[in-house]
Amino acid sequence: MIQSDKFKGYKGQALSILKSFNADVWSDVEILTDAGIFKGIILPRSETADPNHIVLKLRSGYNVGINISRITDIKIGGKKEAHYKIPEKEFPYDPKKPRVKLFGTGGTIASRLDYRTGAVIPAFSPGELYGSVPELAEICNLETEKLYGVFSENMGPEQWIGVAKAIGNEIEKGVKGIVIGHGTDTMHHTAAILSFMVQNSPVPIVMVGSQRSSDRPSSDAALNLIHSVKTAAESDFAEIMVCMFGPTSDEYGLLHRGTRVRKMHSSYRSTFRTIGDIPLGMVSKEKITPFRKDYKKRRNDKEVKIVTAFEEKVSIVYYYPNMKPDIIDSLIDNGYKGIVIAGTGLGHVNKPLYPALKRARDNNIAVYMTVQTLWGYVQMYVYDTGRDMMELGVIPSANLLPEVAYVKLGWALGQTNDLQKVKEIMLTPIAGEITEREPSNGYLIFQGGIPEVEKFISQYRK
Amino acid sequence: MLKYFSLYLKKQIVIYMIQFNFKPFNEMRDEDYALIGFKSGLEIHQQLKTQKKLFCRCPAGKYSDKYDAEILRHMRPTLSELGEYDGTALMEFKTKKEIIYRIHHDTVCTYEMDDTPPFELNEEALDIALEIALLYKCNLVDELHISRKQYLDGSIPAGFQRTTIVAVNGFIPYKKREIGIVQVGLEEDACREVSDIYHQRVYLTDRLGMPLTETVTTPDLKSPIEVSEVAEIIRRLARSTGKVRTGLGAARQDVNVSVDGGTRIEIKGVSRIQMIPILTYNEAMRQWNLLRIKEELNKRGITFQNVSYKNDDVTKIVRKTRYQPINLAVQEGKKVYGVLLQGFKGLLRWQTQTDTYFSKEFSDRVRVIACLTTLPNIIHSDSPTENLSTLEWQNIRKFLNATEDDTIVLVWGNEEDVKTAVKEIQIRAKEATIGVPSETRQALIDGTNGFERILPGPERMYPDTDLPPKAITDERVQKIKLQMPLAYWEVENQFKKYKLKDYHIKKLYITKYGNLFKKIVEEYNVDKEFVANILVDQLTALERKDYDISKLSDNDFIKIFTTYKKGEITKKGVVITINNILKKGLSVDEAFPKKIDEYDMNQIMNKEYKLLLAGIIYNKKNIPSLLLGKIMNYYNGRIDGSVIKQKVYDFLKDYGYDSE
Repeated sequence: MIQSDKFKGYKGQALSILKSFNADVWSDVEILTDAGIFKGIILPRSETADPNHIVLKLRSGYNVGINISRITDIKIGGKKEAHYKIPEKEFPYDPKKPRVKLFGTGGTIASRLDYRTGAVIPAFSPGELYGSVPELAEICNLETEKLYGVFSENMGPEQWIGVAKAIGNEIEKGVKGIVIGHGTDTMHHTAAILSFMVQNSPVPIVMVGSQRSSDRPSSDAALNLIHSVKTAAESDFAEIMVCMFGPTSDEYGLLHRGTRVRKMHSSYRSTFRTIGDIPLGMVSKEKITPFRKDYKKRRNDKEVKIVTAFEEKVSIVYYYPNMKPDIIDSLIDNGYKGIVIAGTGLGHVNKPLYPALKRARDNNIAVYMTVQTLWGYVQMYVYDTGRDMMELGVIPSANLLPEVAYVKLGWALGQTNDLQKVKEIMLTPIAGEITEREPSNGYLIFQGGIPEVEKFISQYRK
Repeated sequence: MLKYFSLYLKKQIVIYMIQFNFKPFNEMRDEDYALIGFKSGLEIHQQLKTQKKLFCRCPAGKYSDKYDAEILRHMRPTLSELGEYDGTALMEFKTKKEIIYRIHHDTVCTYEMDDTPPFELNEEALDIALEIALLYKCNLVDELHISRKQYLDGSIPAGFQRTTIVAVNGFIPYKKREIGIVQVGLEEDACREVSDIYHQRVYLTDRLGMPLTETVTTPDLKSPIEVSEVAEIIRRLARSTGKVRTGLGAARQDVNVSVDGGTRIEIKGVSRIQMIPILTYNEAMRQWNLLRIKEELNKRGITFQNVSYKNDDVTKIVRKTRYQPINLAVQEGKKVYGVLLQGFKGLLRWQTQTDTYFSKEFSDRVRVIACLTTLPNIIHSDSPTENLSTLEWQNIRKFLNATEDDTIVLVWGNEEDVKTAVKEIQIRAKEATIGVPSETRQALIDGTNGFERILPGPERMYPDTDLPPKAITDERVQKIKLQMPLAYWEVENQFKKYKLKDYHIKKLYITKYGNLFKKIVEEYNVDKEFVANILVDQLTALERKDYDISKLSDNDFIKIFTTYKKGEITKKGVVITINNILKKGLSVDEAFPKKIDEYDMNQIMNKEYKLLLAGIIYNKKNIPSLLLGKIMNYYNGRIDGSVIKQKVYDFLKDYGYDSE
């Protein structure tokens, strides 16, 4: 169906009614119905909503839907179109402050309302950012560049490679730090792949997003942005990091290493956690506090290695009891070159899968084992099952997180088809993705209800 | 010089006193309110009696000052749907408040903390809201759109309240006219404020998210008494559904007031209807006086365009002052600023409300926006009370080049806050040249009001992108109509024929016992006053003592009253039966008074009399009353007390006792 922009989102009967009265979107109208008169502005309608209602913004600012079957007349008084624009101001330049580049890929760090879907869509411009978060100017000279405008679930190899190359270019131009605005859902996938594609960076590369869109007064967007820009401009961490809220309170952000971080809650502000290790440090408006010393330090050179190879025929298989071999078989039949299994416990799957795993080995497919417990190492010697599987060519991948193993395997297979070389790449840590030891405080999940835990959360803001 | 100056001051005040002819509260008549163009409308918030909150599954109506955890948030202004910033939002941002939420695990989940998206709208709450809207004869909205109404004061952790309009264009009858109901909204309740000191505001979150309706009337109320009477009607109507919460804070009124030439001012959160007349009176008086101040300023040639002021740091001048608040501030290293308001002489002590002066308008702004919350937070050169020494004032005047027509306001605190305060004082002075600034004001206990924030506009509304629109089906509306009560004034008319006491009528139609009353009186022919006594007085008394009167079913009542009607129990027997059911947890059959044959009474009297004689009795005169007590225990509630009394005295006569 072809739709005029004049009637954004309306379809079917609602569209006909609006057309018949020549009342397009943003018209200031009086709608006469058998239930009385409604005065207001006709708003666009979500495309997924039904075709039986017209949305009106009343004078009070409230929106209501009016059933078209009640409408007897529409009188048009004028027009008031929305101009949703954050006051744009040119970002001030201060020669004493470091230059930081902010790349936009989309996500809720900057967003506005989309009438087409009724949901929020990303918006991004340096002037807008300065208009809404003027504090940024106190930290650095910010330049921005919109690379993509996609939700994070739509990020893939094409965008990863694009971002990696853009980072390389900026570093060569002598930038002091890089911030990447990204949707939070797959931020840890992108953080991981960038950790492999961008090697030996001399400056901090900080990924950031927000869990509450910036059209909300309580959004975490502004503070996350301040934290990340501060980290990029001032910190000594020359690594790929994710910078997001530590607690749900507006207090500080945590700096997570790009290969050890994971989104752990569907909606909390403090959703990102470092798994199996501790974060690099924390950042507040006032200061940056490192938690450890074994990080790559900031340098003054412009040397960086960009390796953008990626093989797309790689998959993750999340094992569940009673899984049938046809799952693995279908990957083989579809020409997949690499499979990451998220196995149970120390890294196990059931016996019926063995023939399929053998077939994968015989087809020269790289199969790597990770753990769906997320915390802890794969250890395939403890039980017979593990030993059997190694016989079948399944390679244990230490404490690589499943998503990290997935992007790394794609990256490795993109560089070579030689499975021995792939194995070398996979098991040689490049950016902290495999650690030699799990510190005793690397696994800390407080269990609510326990008296001492309750005491703790009553003393420190969540 | 100084003498001349104070004489001048006195003269000025006398002139103002003559001009001030706003009458005391008790002397104001309807004609006076008509004269000043008093106009008022109401926004009534009524909590609904649902099990759970509006957008999550936390229990509603559980309050506790205890908390398990705290979270901290700051609020930032955002754009409205039409791309505008809201004035209130910007004001709140200026205040730079740190907001602390206290959280109790039992009453708050991650939704209220704004860490989980909303769950579907509570259907029970929606049904109640629709029912109330139907009682106002409103037009129901066909499709609900949830909006976010911004609140940057922090009273909601998300920074906005989820709210939706369920109906528009209704009315209630009042004094032979109709008061329009503009709209009925369904929305979440906000946090309870614990404290607001300096840059920190603390909230309890238990009330947050509870469903409430917001009923908005047209501004057609013409006097303070009318406002309270209409508030009462709306409250009663809501209560007649039996589905709303009662008690302190369960219904809260926002009262909009204006006078001719003034502005719509919203007085927030009035929980006691009795306070409405004095509050609206004071607000009318305030607006009337602000308009007179404006006239006076214009007369002095001061307008919005040419109003002028200057300010400077006067800390050095007052460094050694004996005026305690400033002395203390200087010792703590704080700054003192003087703001000179050109041509404002004498105006700051103009009375604007009962025992309240124009200077409070300035002090309030400084308190709320600059967060200088310790009072006094300003002093001014026209103040009749002693503060700085005359010499200090003189030095300040000289320093700021003040003429005798000017007023100087001093404010003190941290440099940053003082600078905000100075700006606000200047803004408020400028606003004085145009009359009444648009504000939201808070009701104070003494019936006056104070500044709360700039009145928010429709710019603070934003569609909720987390929830899809929701169509209201005809089936749903029909179902609600089938079980809803008649509007109470219609019921009131029906009840009039029973000629009951006023409070009996009121109570009966706002509770579910109205229909039961009719049934018992009409079908079983029981004495209507007695039934009203039981269903209103006895039940109210029991309810007050926390007995769960809902344990008594309609059938229980019918059984009790028919037993009474048959003469098997007395009026007192009815009371005893009900008490037994509620206090002892008995079933209705077990709860009736003991059934002892009346013919056995002589035998029982004989027995008890002999037992009494066998006991130690110091005064034989007590025997009649003692025996009566014993016999009453047997027959209480079965036989009328006077009948028993007669029988006991007849019996004792044979033993030589006097009948009295």
